[in-house]
Amino acid sequence: MQGLVCSNISKRYETGKVALNKLSMSVESKGIFALIGRNGAGKTTLIRILATQLSPTSGAASLNGVDIIKDPHGIRERIAIVPQEARATPWLTPHETIFSYLLWRGFDTGEAHERADRAIKRLAIEEYADKSNRFLSGGIKRKVLVATVIASEAELIFLDEPTTGLDPISRNDLWNVLNELKKDRFIFLTTHYLEEAERLADNIGIIENGKLLGIGTLEELRKKVKYPYSIKMLDAGKKAAVRPKSGKVIRGLDGNSQILTSQKEAYAISDQFIKKGIKFSMNPISLDDIFYYLVKKPIENGEEHEEEYW
Amino acid sequence: MRRNIGSQLLASVLVNAVYAMKNYPIMLSYTFLSPLSMLLVIFFVSHGSLLGIGIEGGFIMAMVLSGVSMQGDLSHLKNDLKIQDMVVSSPTTAFVYILGMAISELVYSLPSLVTLIVLAALFIHTSLMGAIEIFLAMSLMFAFSIALGFMLSTFSSDVIQSWAFSGIVSTFLATIPPVYYPITYIPLPYRYIAYLSPTTYAAQIAQNAAGYVAVPGAILAIDWIVLIAVSIAIFIIAAKKTRWREK
Ligand SMILES: Nc1ncnc2c1ncn2[C@@H]1O[C@H](COP(=O)(O)OP(=O)(O)OP(=O)(O)O)[C@@H](O)[C@H]1O
Ligand SMILES: [Mg+2]
Repeated sequence: MQGLVCSNISKRYETGKVALNKLSMSVESKGIFALIGRNGAGKTTLIRILATQLSPTSGAASLNGVDIIKDPHGIRERIAIVPQEARATPWLTPHETIFSYLLWRGFDTGEAHERADRAIKRLAIEEYADKSNRFLSGGIKRKVLVATVIASEAELIFLDEPTTGLDPISRNDLWNVLNELKKDRFIFLTTHYLEEAERLADNIGIIENGKLLGIGTLEELRKKVKYPYSIKMLDAGKKAAVRPKSGKVIRGLDGNSQILTSQKEAYAISDQFIKKGIKFSMNPISLDDIFYYLVKKPIENGEEHEEEYW
Repeated sequence: MRRNIGSQLLASVLVNAVYAMKNYPIMLSYTFLSPLSMLLVIFFVSHGSLLGIGIEGGFIMAMVLSGVSMQGDLSHLKNDLKIQDMVVSSPTTAFVYILGMAISELVYSLPSLVTLIVLAALFIHTSLMGAIEIFLAMSLMFAFSIALGFMLSTFSSDVIQSWAFSGIVSTFLATIPPVYYPITYIPLPYRYIAYLSPTTYAAQIAQNAAGYVAVPGAILAIDWIVLIAVSIAIFIIAAKKTRWREK
């Protein structure tokens, strides 16, 4: 079967902890797939199983027909990974880090040097290329690791929280690199920045307690949510006598209220707001909203209200 | 893509030995010091009479330390830096990775090995056959300690744990057993305990090959058989028990 397919993957650690619970999913093996989920949801466990570092307790997985569990050697030819907790080796320079990784992948020294130079350029870390990793900042070290796998020939690249610790500009730069890279590779990443998943990913999976709550494009995920439109009041605390026929009103910590409702209802309410001169913004719900809806946590830790009038 | 196994071996040697030595030269003095310091002690205490045996002991110690320090290095690369995870998810096989690491430990030991070889050339007088026997016994010691080191590294989940393994292994394999002195120096009932360590057999072979002790042919044959059997056994256990892909 084409694509990345997992069927009924379970993982029970030696401690007894069940990190994955009969997880099944199927996603086309191109572009970017972003897996999001709370701390401990099972993202890293799934990635480590798919990257042949960890055996599942049961279940099967394949990449474009190659069995990941039974034929790890076949898969290892095609994948590369930056683990969540990987650290750039302190006694290597960025160039040496990338170069030696490429040697492990089996490149000749000449090609490994060339590819390392190109990856360094691509991530704009030339000025650090020959300094010891131990003298670099955390974000640069993170980029060095991402550069190692980008320099490889792997068709599937796993990045477990690649942008954690990057400043906003560096993060944006990395997004650009990944957007370029996804044209000919399949990138499987995890992130806690939902904006990142929204901006980058062709497909998004939401995992909670070792189970997949939803998977698909942002549009497809929106359809899983009862109220796919959001209206945000911009006058903090101001009340307005608007009665949404169906929907949900939530008050965030900033005092602003948010109405989640259907598209039709959203347009009707905004008409009323315009007539009354109330400031508001209306959007299809964001991945944040979908995430909270599916994982069932109140938005921004605010309280949930079912209000008729506001 | 055609993958170059030579490159894969080179990667382990560069990361674990060459680049490390370039950055932290102090490491060299450590691997240099350990086998030679014990030799120096033996030399003084025996008023020079055990110099030849001590040199052979230095070789055995260097071989054992290769496995011991590889064990610590592997644990660090695996648990702290997660490099091993990156290599597991790459075309490099466990065997090639470990072989590269084993070579890197030899590179590290070069200063002490070169010194020992010079000393051996000066002070150990043996035939070509004897030299070959010593070389073979040392090679088996090396293979044994590397397999043991790899196996232990896959069980340790923290480098602190692997320091404990290191101390225990080097004490029981190289310091206590009659590696730097003849086994006849150990009073009889205790002598049998020494035979629990494979290094004892290697030492006996080396000491006999250089003419320091005369070991009967039958016992010598047993020495070889035990040494080979133990090396093979630990290799099989290592191959079966090691967790390249974790459970
Ligand atoms: N080696 C292990 N042994 C036992 N339990 C583990 C092990 N590794 C992870 N777990 C547990 O499995 C669950 C899933 O962990 P995992 O690391 O996959 O989560 P995650 O989604 O990657 O979280 P985060 O966002 O914090 O990285 C957690 O409850 C964790 O405590
Ligand atoms: Mg994780």
